Amino acid sequence: MRDLLRFTTAGSVDDGKSTLIGRLLHDTRGVYEDQLESVRKASRDSNADGFDLALITDGLRAEREQAITIDVAYRYFQTPRRKFIIADTPGHEQYTRNMATGASTASLAVILLDARRGVLPQSRRHAYIAALLGIRKLAVAVNKMDLVDFSRDVFERIRDEFAAVAAKLEVEEPFFVPVSARDGDNVATRGTRTPWYEGPSLLEYLETVEVEPAGSGGPLRFPVQLAIRPHLDFRGYAGQIVSGRLRVGDRVMVLPSGLETRVAALAGEEICPTVSLADHIDIGRGDMLVDPSAPPSVGREFTATLIWMAAEPLRAESAYLLKHTTRQVCADVRSVRHVMDIRTLDPGPAAAELRLNDIAEVEIETHQPIFFDPYRENRATGSFILIDMVSNRTVAAGMIIEQVGEKTGWPAEPPAPPGKPPHRGLTVWFTGLSASGKTTLCRAVYDRLAARGCRLELLDGDTVRKHLSKGLGFSREDRDENIRRIGFVAGLLTRNGVIAMAAAISPYRAARDEVRASIGDFIEVYVNAPLEVCEGRDPKGLYRQARAGRLPAFTGIDDPYEPPLKPEVECRTDRESLEECTAKVLAAIDRALERSGAF
Amino acid sequence: MSSDSSHLRSLEAESIYILREVAAEFARPALLYSIGKDSSVLLRLAQKAFHPARPPFPLLHVDTTFKFREMIEFRDRTAREAGLELIVHTHSAAAEGANPFKLGTRKCCQLLKTGALLEAIARYGIDAAIGGARREEEKSRAKERVYSFRDAFGQWDPKDQRPELWNLYNGRIDKGESIRAFPLSNWTELDVWEYIALERIPVVPLYFAKLRRMLMRGEMLIPLDYDVPPAPGDRIETVLCRMRSLGCTYCTGAIRSAADTLPKIIEELRGFRRSERENRVIDHDQEGSMELKKREGYF
Repeated sequence: MRDLLRFTTAGSVDDGKSTLIGRLLHDTRGVYEDQLESVRKASRDSNADGFDLALITDGLRAEREQAITIDVAYRYFQTPRRKFIIADTPGHEQYTRNMATGASTASLAVILLDARRGVLPQSRRHAYIAALLGIRKLAVAVNKMDLVDFSRDVFERIRDEFAAVAAKLEVEEPFFVPVSARDGDNVATRGTRTPWYEGPSLLEYLETVEVEPAGSGGPLRFPVQLAIRPHLDFRGYAGQIVSGRLRVGDRVMVLPSGLETRVAALAGEEICPTVSLADHIDIGRGDMLVDPSAPPSVGREFTATLIWMAAEPLRAESAYLLKHTTRQVCADVRSVRHVMDIRTLDPGPAAAELRLNDIAEVEIETHQPIFFDPYRENRATGSFILIDMVSNRTVAAGMIIEQVGEKTGWPAEPPAPPGKPPHRGLTVWFTGLSASGKTTLCRAVYDRLAARGCRLELLDGDTVRKHLSKGLGFSREDRDENIRRIGFVAGLLTRNGVIAMAAAISPYRAARDEVRASIGDFIEVYVNAPLEVCEGRDPKGLYRQARAGRLPAFTGIDDPYEPPLKPEVECRTDRESLEECTAKVLAAIDRALERSGAF
Repeated sequence: MSSDSSHLRSLEAESIYILREVAAEFARPALLYSIGKDSSVLLRLAQKAFHPARPPFPLLHVDTTFKFREMIEFRDRTAREAGLELIVHTHSAAAEGANPFKLGTRKCCQLLKTGALLEAIARYGIDAAIGGARREEEKSRAKERVYSFRDAFGQWDPKDQRPELWNLYNGRIDKGESIRAFPLSNWTELDVWEYIALERIPVVPLYFAKLRRMLMRGEMLIPLDYDVPPAPGDRIETVLCRMRSLGCTYCTGAIRSAADTLPKIIEELRGFRRSERENRVIDHDQEGSMELKKREGYF
């Protein structure tokens, strides 16, 4: 059975990596003759000596001119045993991000060393990055053996030196082979000039090495990509099984709701099915089906290893978009615990800043919960990228180490302190446009009140629509009904001595006033930011979709927002800091509780 | 599943994942349907990805007006049977008589393919164009991302590509910018044919060998579909041949071949030592010419 092996290659400048790959492709007949002719032509053009195998892979004009590989290139060849995908990554130090890119999809790394130069600082870095990205198998090719007279001593000295480096990393014992990529010794076939070497050629090793099939082990993780609803009688969820198994009849837990149900049917292909569930649960992109007996961590705070990939440094004060599985949320890098010292492979001191190619351990807080596993246990649910919201660039790649803070931020575990309530109940109602900052402000106020030991509950509009108001649309009637339901629950909580904080767009004045009248202990917080500002933020891409006509009746675009006439608090989130806004809301809450004799 | 196809199922799953990501993340995606074997595979994968629903995007064909007649028939039938909207876009200059003989192949391609594609992307507000390009096809394509960012002028900057790790594709764009998405990035020509055989996917009959009347110019076999201006030494012969790659008639050379079934094509390919784009006249205009075209916005 022919399977697929993805590997990456790394080597320092002039170690002969492109030549080695050219040799592998050439000797497995993975290069076409007309491409070879073009290489021969270019070899003359670039004044290289005769026939330059490296030109098979150095594709872009820019790199030919500089005679170095500047970006990740993917190569393909096959033997009767395996199909191979090579992620060919450059050795130049400033392009470390590309090495990480190549390693992210590979299950093995070929590391190239120059027999004359041995283990270089960059070689350590390559091995370290490969291990960091979860590669456990290293094949070390000691190249240019023809230039050291195929000396066994040279090979063994380099082997021992590299083995010492690898011993410090989370990798298996590496495979070592002496090669001459230029002449072909021990690349595809064993050469006659290294009689002292008894192992397989590099290709023989690659053909036979056992690598665990990606994503086979571990409990079920099925991130939902999208819902498929061709007609009223069918509702399925399309995604990829990134780990575990999924069979008809299996019990699954749906995140974030935590509800459990059974798999009713599977359609489509084995690895990427469309799943139908026994119960009618509203699920969308970014949700995840998991094994109920071994769910992932659910939370907003975790530590991670971050590789900074952008020329502009990390800005601690600004939020980034964090893309994880099929979920995209806002996230802050709260602190940089330490930046790795790449020469010693030891953790360095804490830092205020991250720069291009820095590798650091950081603490991250997301604005909404994500469902994750440590990267070392699950590549798919442990990896993420950070995107700059202004430039739209991918600025960092991250690998989750572990959760910090409370163990289950979601589904919410209601705090239930016994005894007399410490204060009376109150409903704090946050209203405003989508992306005006309701949830952020609400959460900040929540944290401050929680620190005081208040009894709290948070009713977030987005969450409520998945449960309490499931099935409601965005017509005026449905919106009013949604607000009535949130208001009803907030009223019950308020009556029982809880500070109920509701964050919902709640665009219509009449509906809000109705809730206020029915609860009584009620303060209204108008989270105000101009439409242009909200649309510029657009963290969930909703405005963009609305402008494209995909979300009809979107508040602010083609459905009105009626601002409160006399809110207890108005926060201009485009002008005032989160701290200022939080203080204003807290002051209003204190006034309201004092008035009702709460404290 | 045959015992030799586990790698095909891995590739299939990756492609289906990418197609769904594009459908979920973009407002107005379109599948660039060029009628060739790669497009046929891409369409089949799209049908699988959204089954039992139809793919949630239209097919877009950039018609240079120099396509084979069999291709156009095949295109219309395929779109009809798939129940998908088909947008056919032709560059305004085509009507004014732009052709490869007058302009040269490089300029012709720039206008009728690249220009037309950019026109179509703007006219239909397409924010993600899904294409069947494969990294194996050509050197500059080997460095292409799965989500390839294009600026407001449709241009590709190979030195400033977004890093792409795992399967976390960054599709964030501003107004006017777009993404070219390539679900078949990791497929080889052999994978494509093996998958066509495995899944019994219909392809244009031009891929199969038969006796055809061809214009012989040196080593090249040029189809006689359109009026090719004669050159000294040209002759017309009936040859047993097939197309390995389908472009415009003039720029797609045929190869001498007796492979008239899928198994024979796969067998032939395993022994092949020449790349499939070799017979594309345009790729050879200039060393690195594919990269130059891609920078300008070509697929």
